[in-house]
Amino acid sequence: MKRLFITGLSLAGFLILTACGNSANNKSISSLTGTVKVDGSSTVFPITEAVAEEFGKIYPKVRVTVGISGTGGGFKKYVIGETDINDASRPIKGSEIKKATENGIEFIELPIAFDGLSVVVNRANNWVDQLTVAELNLIWKAGSHVQQWSDIRPEWPSKPIHLFGPGTDSGTFDYFTEAINGKAQSCRSDFSKSEDDNVLVQGIAGDRYALGFFGFAYYQENTDKLKVVPIDGGKGPVAPSVTTINDGSYQPLSRPIFIYVKPESAKREEVRTFVNFYLDHAPELVGEVGYVALPTEAYDHDRLRFKDVKTGSLFSGKETIGLKIEDILKAG
Amino acid sequence: MNNSQWKNPGDRRARKERLFKGCAIGLTTFSLVILVVLVGHVVVAGFSYLSLDFLTSFPSRFAHKAGIKSALAGSFWLMGLVFLISVPLGIASAIYLEEYNRKGKLSRFIEINIANLAGVPSIVYGIIGLAVFVRFFHLQRSLLAGALTMSLLILPVIIIAAREAIRAVPKNIRLGAYALGATRWQTVIHHVLPAAAPGILTGVILAMSRALGETAPLIMIGALTYVAFVPAGPMDPFTALPIQIFNWASRPQAEFHEVAAAGIIVLLIFLLVLNSAAVWLRHRASKKIRW
Repeated sequence: MKRLFITGLSLAGFLILTACGNSANNKSISSLTGTVKVDGSSTVFPITEAVAEEFGKIYPKVRVTVGISGTGGGFKKYVIGETDINDASRPIKGSEIKKATENGIEFIELPIAFDGLSVVVNRANNWVDQLTVAELNLIWKAGSHVQQWSDIRPEWPSKPIHLFGPGTDSGTFDYFTEAINGKAQSCRSDFSKSEDDNVLVQGIAGDRYALGFFGFAYYQENTDKLKVVPIDGGKGPVAPSVTTINDGSYQPLSRPIFIYVKPESAKREEVRTFVNFYLDHAPELVGEVGYVALPTEAYDHDRLRFKDVKTGSLFSGKETIGLKIEDILKAG
Repeated sequence: MNNSQWKNPGDRRARKERLFKGCAIGLTTFSLVILVVLVGHVVVAGFSYLSLDFLTSFPSRFAHKAGIKSALAGSFWLMGLVFLISVPLGIASAIYLEEYNRKGKLSRFIEINIANLAGVPSIVYGIIGLAVFVRFFHLQRSLLAGALTMSLLILPVIIIAAREAIRAVPKNIRLGAYALGATRWQTVIHHVLPAAAPGILTGVILAMSRALGETAPLIMIGALTYVAFVPAGPMDPFTALPIQIFNWASRPQAEFHEVAAAGIIVLLIFLLVLNSAAVWLRHRASKKIRW
């Protein structure tokens, strides 16, 4: 038994040693060390992941971790000081600001890209050509009676409609329900939910009678599997695209997305370097992963806000639809 | 009893026998076919991505550059720590319950509870881990918090397996040792444990394999999705094989599904190595028993 125990111990020791040994072959370019903890929205995840990957090439010793918990789930961790940066696909809420203040945690709000929340159907869906905001509201409002496609327009098939949407911890859900149903979180509850937009893509791609919504990037990645629905917000149907999101004609589902940085963490050099790297490389990486970059001026404002440690929110609880983002930032 | 049964009893019994044998073969083949199809599908899908680069690269947003290094290292660490925490605890508990504890109401109460714990869904352990280790003890989302959570999950399994193995050691062995004046400690360490070792080992390895594949508790305590470094100590954040595979499999791009398949192959090989080690150790341990 003793030998057995020793064998076991040495086995465990070996495992640990091999695990340690792996870190030896890192190429060293900058010797900056430290940890940057990011969590939050799955909508923003592709951007932060891309930034973290590029950042790691130059600062291999800084350990950047990125989690996916949804905007709300991420803020729950952020307001108790567990993370340095929160990815958010909507502005921070009043209740979250309150909790943060109670815990003595502040934030610098930095818009980093535009997203056009995309309403999509299956590729084999040949009847939907566009939807009006009123029809979306009819489908998604709390207590909605829409069970079949024909409940929306009588000429559409009498087949059950299968709805897919982000979970209630998601900022995308908050934004969509506010824009379509008039109140954040007010929505029917009998639809398939996931905080991970990829799951929604898979669900809609495999179901002819499905309808769902999520961030523009996830549609961009899957144009071969999904069909995007042009939305009529009162001025004729507009489909989300880089152009229509950028010039503000895709309404009301265009929105800025954010990162929230803890000023306390920004005192650490690795966090400061990471955020500046983020803002410098956002214009090119944002486009690469399928979102729309902000105007250059907006990133300049971001850099200034970050440098001057301007805390507080310019977007929380305010009507910003139709306003130019650089003007909002300038006014702040 | 009717007469026909008396006429041809052998015939009827033989038919039943053949029928049962047929059923058994059919069901075994069925599960084997499913296994072969599953593994075959994974190997075909993932094989092209399997290379040394795959093992030594960090995850990436480009499928062809994505690697499993940080997840593999995370799983190695996790297994090492889980082993160090759960095995001594589990075996010690089993020895106490079987050899030292007086059988009574309390002992039965403990026994039933351990058996119950073994059946608790793993997500519940994740919630306990989040509340106790991550938040209360401020271990953050570290390897140690993950390992402690996983240890809780597999402890009941180890304890039950170890108790069964210890109970299976013939009473005569203990009585013989006592008759020669051995203390309880000497009896346990020199006779009972060596005899029970093969059984205990099997339980331990099965439990470790389960811990290796578990995802839910790790997601609950917040193991991360994108980690591009190798943990250097038990307090470091981490990702693990099943989480990385889950992340790849849920991405929309088809190439990432093949990367996920490659990850599954790595996980399967890892499991196979672990199980072979168990068979070998078990064989060695059982050869040494001589009474």
